[in-house]
Amino acid sequence: MTTGTTSPADPVRTPAHPGADAPTPDRAARSERLSALAQQHGALVTLVVAVIVASLSFDTFLTADNMENMAVSSAFLAVVALGMTFVIVTGGIDLSVGSLFALGGVLAAWGSRYGTAVALLLPLAVCGLVGLVNGLLIARSRLAPFIVTLAAMLGARGIMLAVTDEGSKTYLVDKDTFFATLGQGKILGIGAPVWITVALFVAGAVVLRRTRFGQYVYAVGGNEDAAALMGAPVARTKIAVYTLSGLCAGLAGALNAAWLVSGVTILGSGMELEAISAVVIGGTLLTGGFGFISGSLVGVLLLKVIQNVINQIGSLDSAYQQVVSGAFLAVVVIAQTWLGRRRRVL
Amino acid sequence: MLSVTGLTKSFPGVRALDAVDFTARAGEVHALIGENGAGKSTLIKVLTGVYRPDAGEVAYAERPARFATPLEAQDAGISTIYQEVNLVPLMSVARNLLLGREPRNRLGLIDFRRMHREADEALRDLGVRVDVRRPLRELGVGAQQMVALARAVSVNARVVIMDEPTSSLEPREVRTLFGVIRMLRERGIAVIYVSHRLDELYAVCDAVTVLRDGKVVHTGPLADLDRLRLVALMLGREIGEVADEGVTKFTGEHHAESEPVLRAERLSVRHRLSGVSLDIRPGEVVGLGGLLGSGRSETAKAIAGALPPDSGRVTVAGTSVRTGSTPAAIRAGISLLPEDRKAEGVVPGLSVRENIALAALPRLSRLGLVDDSRVDAIVDTFMRRLRIKASGPHQKVGELSGGNQQKVLLARWLAMNPKVLLLDEPTRGIDVGAKAEVQKLIDELAQDGLGVLLISSDMEELVEGSDRVVVLKDGAVVEELTGSAVTPDALLSAIATTGGPAGAEAGAAGGPAAPQHLRETS
Repeated sequence: MTTGTTSPADPVRTPAHPGADAPTPDRAARSERLSALAQQHGALVTLVVAVIVASLSFDTFLTADNMENMAVSSAFLAVVALGMTFVIVTGGIDLSVGSLFALGGVLAAWGSRYGTAVALLLPLAVCGLVGLVNGLLIARSRLAPFIVTLAAMLGARGIMLAVTDEGSKTYLVDKDTFFATLGQGKILGIGAPVWITVALFVAGAVVLRRTRFGQYVYAVGGNEDAAALMGAPVARTKIAVYTLSGLCAGLAGALNAAWLVSGVTILGSGMELEAISAVVIGGTLLTGGFGFISGSLVGVLLLKVIQNVINQIGSLDSAYQQVVSGAFLAVVVIAQTWLGRRRRVL
Repeated sequence: MLSVTGLTKSFPGVRALDAVDFTARAGEVHALIGENGAGKSTLIKVLTGVYRPDAGEVAYAERPARFATPLEAQDAGISTIYQEVNLVPLMSVARNLLLGREPRNRLGLIDFRRMHREADEALRDLGVRVDVRRPLRELGVGAQQMVALARAVSVNARVVIMDEPTSSLEPREVRTLFGVIRMLRERGIAVIYVSHRLDELYAVCDAVTVLRDGKVVHTGPLADLDRLRLVALMLGREIGEVADEGVTKFTGEHHAESEPVLRAERLSVRHRLSGVSLDIRPGEVVGLGGLLGSGRSETAKAIAGALPPDSGRVTVAGTSVRTGSTPAAIRAGISLLPEDRKAEGVVPGLSVRENIALAALPRLSRLGLVDDSRVDAIVDTFMRRLRIKASGPHQKVGELSGGNQQKVLLARWLAMNPKVLLLDEPTRGIDVGAKAEVQKLIDELAQDGLGVLLISSDMEELVEGSDRVVVLKDGAVVEELTGSAVTPDALLSAIATTGGPAGAEAGAAGGPAAPQHLRETS
C-alpha cells in the first residue's frame, strides 16, 4: 500500500535461523505472502479465467450489449454487497437486506410521483431507519445479529406487502423524470447505475481502508473485547454498519426501481444470501476482522458471470445457476479456511 | 495522581471489592498484589472504566472522576496493559498500535506512511524491531505484549496500569520492560504494577498495596516489607508456616516404574518440531525445559493429538496411538491441560459441573443419555479433592478466579482417568496459594502412578517438580537432565550453551515462522 524505507523482503529484517532442515524464513514469509495473495485475489483470478473461458465458448458473451447488461444487473446486488461487507467485517450478518431492497424499490416508485428527492430520500430514510434499529438492538441490547436481522427481514417484507395491497399493486415510475434517468440513463454508453455503483465502491473502499471508522470496523470484527479495551467505540461502530447496510439496500432498491421504471414487489427475496455469498467469495472472512471492498465487487461479478454463462447455455435449467453458485461458494469457503489455517501455521 | 476511597463492587454472590482505599502517586511504581480472587482485576477494571463501582469515590488528578468507558479513561490519560494480550491479531502491528489515534492528513484520511513511521519509532524505543505492516498475529506472544506496552505508553499517559505484563515475556524482554517502567517513573508517571513474581516487585516497585478477599490488608513502601512478610500478608498465614513450606509445594523424588507409560518417538512438525523423542514412566514427573518458542507446547500438543505431526510415533503402554487425533489420544489415556486457559480450555459460560463433565460425557452416558447421578458424584469428588472454590457446582466458570478455573480444567481431565497428564504452564497467572495447591496436586497425582509431563517457565517449579527434565531448543531435544543433575544451573547451561546465543535468541523470539527481531535498547 504505502512504500516504507525497507520492503518486507529486506533480508536485514529477517532473522537468521539455525537448523538445516528448518525452511528459511524467507521461504516461510514468501509462502505466507502467497497465501495472503491467494486469499485477496483468488476471486479476481477466477473471474478473469471465467470471463476468458466464457468469451471463447460463446460468441454472444463478449459483446458490448451483453457486457453492459451484466454490468447494470450486477450494480444493484453490488450496492447491497457493499453494505454487507462492512457488516461482515465486524463479524456480523444482515439478513434484512433482501426485504429492504424490495421495500426500497416500492417506496421509491411510489415516491417518484412527488419528485426525485422523495423517490430517493423516502427509501433511504425507511431502510436506514430499519438498519439503525437493527444496529441498536444488536449493539445495545446485545442480541444476535442473525435473529435481529431475520426479524427485520420478515418485518420489512410485511411493510412492503402492506404498502402494495398484498403485492397486488405495482407503482410505476414516469419515464420522463430525472429519477428514471438514474436507472435508465447512460454515460459513455454505460448505464447510470454502473457509474453510481463504481463511485460508491470507491467511497466505500476509502472509508474502510483509510478512515478511523474503518479501522474500528476491522478491530470490532477482529477481537471485540480487545477493541473495547483499546477504547474503540464498539457499539457505535456496530450501529453504523447496520445503518449503512440498510441505506445501501434501500438505495439499491430505489435504483433498481428506476431502472425497471416500476416498484416490483417480487424482487429481493434471497438477495441477502446472494450478497453474503458475493462478500465471502470476495475474500472477506465470515468470522470478521478481515476483508476488502474490492473483493465484494469481484464476488458479485463472478456470480453474475456464472449466471450469464448458464443462461447462454440455454439448454440448462436456470435452477442449475444456484447449484453452481452454491458449489462455488462451498469451494471458496473451503479454500479460505485452508489458507487461513496455513497462514496461522506459518 | 489516581486514588480511590471506600470503593465497593459486588458481583452475584461475591463482594469483589470491600471499601478499598488506594492511591497511586505520580513518579511512583505501585505494586498491587494479592491472591487470585483478592480483587486486583476488579479494582483495575473500575479504575479503567470497564466496571462502575457500587459505592466509593475515584479521584484523578485531585478531582473526582467517574469513567464510564475505557475510552474515557484512556482519553483522560490512564493506559492499561492487560495480562492476556488484548489486541486485534488480524490487524497490522501499526494499526493495533495506533488504533483510534491514527495520524491523518488534511482530508481526514489515515496517513499510512506516517502511521508506519510512528509505530516503528515507538517500538524501536522499546528495543523491538518488527515489520509494523505485518499482521500482529505473526508475532510471538512476547513481542505482542511489547506492542501493547508501546501502545500504552505512546499516548500521553499519566497513569499506566500493568496487569501481569511479564507473564509471557522472556527475561530479556522483562529487562526491557523494567527499563521502560523506570523511564516512565522519571517522567513523573504513576505506574500500577500487578504481578505474582516477587523478584519483579522488589526489582522495580516503590510502594505496595496488598489485597485479600476484596479488602486492603497492607499499604506502604515496599522496602519496609521483607518477602516473607509480604507472602504472609497475601496468604493471610503465619510467617513460620510459610517458611516451613518452602518455595514450592513439591516433595521431590517419586517412585517411577521402569517401563514407560508414554513413549513419543521422533515427532516432527514442519517449522516447529524436528524429531522430538521422550519417555514418561508411571509415577514420574518429566519436565520440559526451554525458552519461549522452543517447542514445548508444540511437543505436548503433538503428543495429545492437537497438532498433527508430519512424522513420528506416540505409544501409550506399548500400544501405538493414532497421531493428530485428540479423541484417539484421549481414549489412549493422554490428557492435555493447555497453556491458554481462556482460548483452549474452559468454557466460561458453562457451569463448573458442565465444564468438569464435558470431556467425560461419553463415558458417563448410557444409550446417549447422560447419567446425572454419576456426573454429580464425579463433580463432587473432584471439587472436594482439588479444593475448587465456587459457590456451588452450578456457578459459571467465567466467574471463578484464574486458579480455580485451572483446577476445573484439571478436574475435567482427571475425570477421564488418564494414564498420562500433560500440563502446559499449569500455574501461570494464578496466585501463590493456588499455585502451591496445584503443585501439591501434581505431586499427589504422580504418587498415584500417573505419568506427568510438566511445562513451566518457572525455573524453580520445573526443577523442584520434575524427576527428569528434557530440554528443548528450536524444536529439538538438546539435553536430558536426570536425578541430581536437575538443578537450575544445569538447566540454564543446557538452554544457553548449545547452538550459540545468537541462535537461541532468534529461535526464542519467534521460531522459524514468525520473522521478528527483538533487541536490547542499551
